[in-house]
Amino acid sequence: MSQSNGQNTTPAAGATPTYTKKDFESGVDPRWCPGCGDFSIINQVQKALPGVGVARENIVFISGIGCSSRFPYYMNNYGMHTLHGRAPSFASGLKISRPELQVWVVTGDGDALAIGGNHFIHTMRRNLDIKLLMFNNRIYGLTKGQVSPTSELGKKTKTTPHGSPDYPFNAPALALGAGATFVARSVDIEGAHMAGVLKSAAEHKGSVFVEIFQNCPVFNDGAYLFLTEKAVKADAQLRMEAGKPLLFGKDNKKGIRFNTQTAELEVVTLGENGVTEKDVLVHDPHRQDPTIAFMLANLSDRAGFPTPIGIFRDVRKPTADEMTWDMIKAAKAKKGETSVRKFLSDAETWQVK
Amino acid sequence: MNKLTEAALAGSGLSSKEISRCKNYFALGIMYWLYSRPTDYQVENIKAKFAKKPDIAEANIKVFRAGHAFGETSEIFHQQYFVPAAKLEPGTYRNVTGNQATALGFATVAKLTGRQVFLGSYPITPATEILQEMSYFKDHGVVTFQAEDEIAGIGSAIGAAFGGAIACTTTSGPGLALKSEMIGLALITELPLVIVNVQRGGPSTGMPTKTEQADLFIALFGRHGEAPLPVIAARSPSDCYYTAIEAMKIAVKWMTPVIMLTDGYLGFGSEPFRIPEDGTVKAFDVKYQTTPNYNGQYMPYLRNEKLIRPWAIPGTAGLEHRVGGLEKDSLSGMVSYDGMNHEKMVKTRAQKVANVVEDVPDVELDGPATGDLLLVSWGGTYGSVKSATDQLRAQGKKVAHAHLRWLNPMPKNLGQVLRSFKKVLVPEVNNGQLAFYLRGSFPGIDPLQFNRINGKAIKVSELVAKVNEILG
Repeated sequence: MSQSNGQNTTPAAGATPTYTKKDFESGVDPRWCPGCGDFSIINQVQKALPGVGVARENIVFISGIGCSSRFPYYMNNYGMHTLHGRAPSFASGLKISRPELQVWVVTGDGDALAIGGNHFIHTMRRNLDIKLLMFNNRIYGLTKGQVSPTSELGKKTKTTPHGSPDYPFNAPALALGAGATFVARSVDIEGAHMAGVLKSAAEHKGSVFVEIFQNCPVFNDGAYLFLTEKAVKADAQLRMEAGKPLLFGKDNKKGIRFNTQTAELEVVTLGENGVTEKDVLVHDPHRQDPTIAFMLANLSDRAGFPTPIGIFRDVRKPTADEMTWDMIKAAKAKKGETSVRKFLSDAETWQVK
Repeated sequence: MNKLTEAALAGSGLSSKEISRCKNYFALGIMYWLYSRPTDYQVENIKAKFAKKPDIAEANIKVFRAGHAFGETSEIFHQQYFVPAAKLEPGTYRNVTGNQATALGFATVAKLTGRQVFLGSYPITPATEILQEMSYFKDHGVVTFQAEDEIAGIGSAIGAAFGGAIACTTTSGPGLALKSEMIGLALITELPLVIVNVQRGGPSTGMPTKTEQADLFIALFGRHGEAPLPVIAARSPSDCYYTAIEAMKIAVKWMTPVIMLTDGYLGFGSEPFRIPEDGTVKAFDVKYQTTPNYNGQYMPYLRNEKLIRPWAIPGTAGLEHRVGGLEKDSLSGMVSYDGMNHEKMVKTRAQKVANVVEDVPDVELDGPATGDLLLVSWGGTYGSVKSATDQLRAQGKKVAHAHLRWLNPMPKNLGQVLRSFKKVLVPEVNNGQLAFYLRGSFPGIDPLQFNRINGKAIKVSELVAKVNEILG
């Protein structure tokens, strides 16, 4: 019987202490399979947290059920390991109740988009300041290999032995449709890229959705080789960077152009047919209108197009937690303190002698 | 009544639509006459209510007086009734419905403890009004959240509880069914939470606007696994106020979810509520763990002698820990699949809930200590059963009435009380749930049943007749 709860020593008291990665390690060995993409994700998260400028005790990780959702146990933070699909509900209550906390949700493709679909879209809609990280391995890993809402059409799994007849969700597109104000995607083995996305996610105020392509070596190995393999990487990945043209391919010779005739995005090659860099769409994640972001999200898994990674959208609107507490402050300012008796007497009353 | 209303307002200049809307006051006028009520109060009420529309106010008063006069002069009614003033304790009174009282109770907890009360909920008949009322109480330390569904309603409450709020969620039968898994999580993480179920006709969608008390079983047993919980039930609209406060007190003290049962009859029914003087309702302790409790570390499941675990909340440096739905080691709270640990934890959680009995007052007997028949009630049937008992005792019958507030744990003296009577009768608005529970909990006690499942309160006359039939 283990008597340790995996706590490291407390950092010295004072204004936001200087943390190292180790301060965020609970000391419990992760129970993920060797080679699981989750190892590199937690590595990047633990590296990112010292830099977010929030005291460790004010950062909370809430997960659902799945391999992804083991995450909180390995973080030396307050954490909740909740129910399948329901992490956003707990996060919403905690954030509204304690708006000063930094609340992260760690979930998976099944947890967030199957059973958790309803809570997912509402959490994105409300623009509560919650940072939701979805590890997408396109399979149900914990239950050992069933089809997930992000599995490809035709995917053969233990429950779809003859192929899946279901079209998958495009997760960033769904998040954009639900109104998320920060939508991004990264990849488990792209450590530096993930670090940048996580930093922006931490800084964002509002609903954050980060899809992280994660490899499950046991039940869906190689799902993202089409994107990460050295030979194809340059042509397969479209790295979105704010203020920069959407170029990709070897030597950044290809680009994405918005065709004003067909109202579609298309791939163009610099130097061919008079195309120059000026014709390539400049990425702007801060556009209020999510339409272009939605079009970019829909390039994923489309033949002839690269798969975008990076930040699709990053806009600022009042968050539900901000607005809730503004209302509470206004109500308190208006009414002031009252005794219980006075509170109960705020009605038509009569005396009995 | 349409014609009489029109006649009363002939020449008033009001449209026929406006005139037809005054009809209710005609009916009210008749009622005032029928029950010999002084009319001044009502006239003043109409003036105040329609202050912004004096011509409507005048019309309504005219119609009200016309209805009253009609009662007086028509040959339809053969008698009037006079209801003497109830003998109420002196004090200041207001009206409350059970749902209002529940909301007032939760807000009172926020005011007395100085802590945030968080309500995560979803509209459902007949509980919606609790959420609505509480949403007005922002200046009293109450935070409300209308979630996207019943499950998010309770999930948000549990999240808030993890953060240190005194949390609650409100619903009716269908919502309680949806919340089962969540309640199990609150139970295994041992976080304080009050779940209010305003019962209605079931099963399934049932009869949303009709009362019933058929959710005792789901309250006591409705979770997978071994999952006992404290269950308390209010007995009147006013009592919903005190029950809400007590439920929160127990939830916080024992670090447990508590199910509070009311029903549509109480929730929507109203009665005078005596406003307690300041200081009558006592605040209770809300203590957070702020220091390590075991060799410089924090063990979230290191219990005190009552088996209560310490509540450390986010924002407290050095006590970072994880809670979750998996079984946990009895000391460290880390995930554990060890068989013996699991058995120990199941029994420990059950014992903790059983220990709540120290906060359950003995059941009171209304009547003699022994006799021929004991009426045992719970929840909203209190009024009917008390009235029936009063009538029976006036008839000289050797009966008494015991009303249960706590269904789990039940009062320590209940067994002895049950055994002191030749027969036990349980009147319930369900098919015999408390009777079943008593039969199982007290070997040798075989309660008789009086079941009415017709969406209404039990009729006193029918209950009296049943008891007389049993007594022979």
